[in-house]
Amino acid sequence: MSTKMSAIHDKIGQFPRELEDESIYIMREVAAQFERPALLFSGGKDSITLVRLAQKAFFPGKIPFPLVHIDTGHNFPETIEFRDWLAKETGAELIVRYVQDSIDQGKAKEESGKYASRNVLQTVTLLDTIEEFKFDACIGGARRDEEKARAKERIFSVRDDFGQWDAKRQRPELFDMLNGRISVGENVRVFPISNWTELDVWNYIKEEKMEIPSIYFAHQRQVIQRDGMLWADSDHLNKEADEIPFETTVRFRTVGDMTCTAAVSSHAVDIDVIIEEILSAEISERGARIDDKRSEAAMEKRKQQGYF
Amino acid sequence: MDILRIATAGSVDDGKSTLIGRLLYETNSITKDKIEALESASKRKGLNFLDLSLLTDGLIAEREQGITIDVANIYFSTPTRKYIIADTPGHIEYTRNMVTGASNAKVSLILVDARQGIVEQTARHLSIASLLRIPKVIICVNKMDLVQYEESKFNEIQHKLSELVSKTTFQGQTVSYLPISSLFGQNITKKAVDMPWFNGNTLLGELETFEFAETLAQAPARFPVQFVVRPMTEAYHDYRGYAGKISSGTFKVGDEIRVLPTGQTSTIATIEKFENSLEQAIAGESIVMTLSNDIDISRGNSIVLASETKVPSLKDFSAHVCWLDHQALSPGKTYLLQHGIHVTKAKIIQITERLDVSQQTSETEVGQLNLNEIGKISLRAAQAISADKYAENPSNGSFILIDEFSNSTVGVGFVD
Repeated sequence: MSTKMSAIHDKIGQFPRELEDESIYIMREVAAQFERPALLFSGGKDSITLVRLAQKAFFPGKIPFPLVHIDTGHNFPETIEFRDWLAKETGAELIVRYVQDSIDQGKAKEESGKYASRNVLQTVTLLDTIEEFKFDACIGGARRDEEKARAKERIFSVRDDFGQWDAKRQRPELFDMLNGRISVGENVRVFPISNWTELDVWNYIKEEKMEIPSIYFAHQRQVIQRDGMLWADSDHLNKEADEIPFETTVRFRTVGDMTCTAAVSSHAVDIDVIIEEILSAEISERGARIDDKRSEAAMEKRKQQGYF
Repeated sequence: MDILRIATAGSVDDGKSTLIGRLLYETNSITKDKIEALESASKRKGLNFLDLSLLTDGLIAEREQGITIDVANIYFSTPTRKYIIADTPGHIEYTRNMVTGASNAKVSLILVDARQGIVEQTARHLSIASLLRIPKVIICVNKMDLVQYEESKFNEIQHKLSELVSKTTFQGQTVSYLPISSLFGQNITKKAVDMPWFNGNTLLGELETFEFAETLAQAPARFPVQFVVRPMTEAYHDYRGYAGKISSGTFKVGDEIRVLPTGQTSTIATIEKFENSLEQAIAGESIVMTLSNDIDISRGNSIVLASETKVPSLKDFSAHVCWLDHQALSPGKTYLLQHGIHVTKAKIIQITERLDVSQQTSETEVGQLNLNEIGKISLRAAQAISADKYAENPSNGSFILIDEFSNSTVGVGFVD
């Protein structure tokens, strides 16, 4: 075994339990400090982890807030199926709102061209949903290791009326004390797994024997090659004439919309192999997010505009 | 696997970002696509080497100004440990960020430029590390390449540093000194080939071998109740569980406990973590506790062992504070005081001292405390708080002050 591989094996299956204690503490603070919290559920592994943590935090009681899904209409069918199963399994309330409705109401405009995606549009639907239900805290699965602008995100991140994030206005967070006091119109985005890395999430999923959507594991799929990445073929993808779909074995490392999540070639059929792949991966997690490639400061700009 | 939290601090150009970038690079924590992005960004800047500082200089404003303006969290791991670095800016006006970043740290990493030696910031960082009772300080004398890796230069700086350290350090704190070059990777994870005269650890070696003995588990037992779990379902009809994270010490099933501030006593019936029942739980664990009899406990109450004769209860007390807000702290003002999860009103009675942390001096006639200043105050809480002295039990000895009107966190305090 090479040194790199043996180093990899040393790390496998070691989830720092301290992280779970910290996240459960945050979940309980949300339930205690806010009147109408919600858990934003995307169907990805990070939000599935959040649901698990919420379940543990209030056991033997039920999760005391709803799961909210902003459905772009471009989700993988496997994600939707999983979402419905999980809500039933945990007994949590599920609220779904559709980007298509925002488009039909003229509040959001469908993008055109071959890179068209609804990823940016979901901000409109999200802000409307927050207003509709008067949510004062929205729990999300963002991690600080994902991206540079995320590295400075607080655990309780205060947003103004327009959902905007201002790096300079963020409250200092000292020790583990969380200040969730807000004025009318403001709301807070809460990130309980801020301090987890991608590897921590996978090790947790493994140790907890959690179910995850099947698209995280290797499967046969029709894809096209574009910009050096594999894109899932679907009705939502605007293909050019020379982009011919072909079938290959892939899996998804992150799960967003079908139009903005690239697949990776993989034969990983179980979680151990996935963890090995991550540890030896040559491409970072967000590198497979087509939306971030638009510009170096893409994420920070989206956040200023109210993106999750 | 444990987590070691590190706070880094340094002046504007002492190469802190490069040091962190180097640590990530040499522990294989950077993926290929990020290295490629780094290569092209370095080229755009006209550099013929990898500018590792670009890895951590995140925000747009920072890239424009070429400085770091907020606390950034950086993660890496080795087979031994998971590391979290709170990278905090070293500008004089950002003391608040430094205190914020250091508030969870077990290690304070301080950089000194080998050409300049000790600067005002060095003393400031050392003072803050002591104010926050950080058990380990590692001082890296960086840019040794620019002083030809001379041993005498390092010894001279170390000598002056240890004089300064003797004024700030407290019992139980260990301080080590390392000559390094972040730019050329000398003494970061690998022994410095250009400094054969240095026999100490590399920086990573220092971090990997640091044992932060679990003193927290031996500290007095403190359990702040965060949330009362009442399922009210058929299966759990009369269930009442007290959920929270143990802030210090150890609790065992069967322990006699006392609830603060009410003073009621009971016995621990169960300690639960999701579906598991535990015999005992220690500091840092998020648990649910059930008691043998039905007593009235609500969020913000604290559970301690009944055997403790002197229970913590403070109404009129003094504390050190670091002020975090543009609007100054002045006597007579009322704020919300949050100790752990317990919030009460508090009035500032007097500012008794202002500390000049870089000069190790203090003045006593103080009208107000401005942003980034550290001082000593006396205050009165509307309800007693169950806090310990910070120096004796740090995890139960700090609090924040919140402005009632802006809702901002405006100050952090350490109970004297």
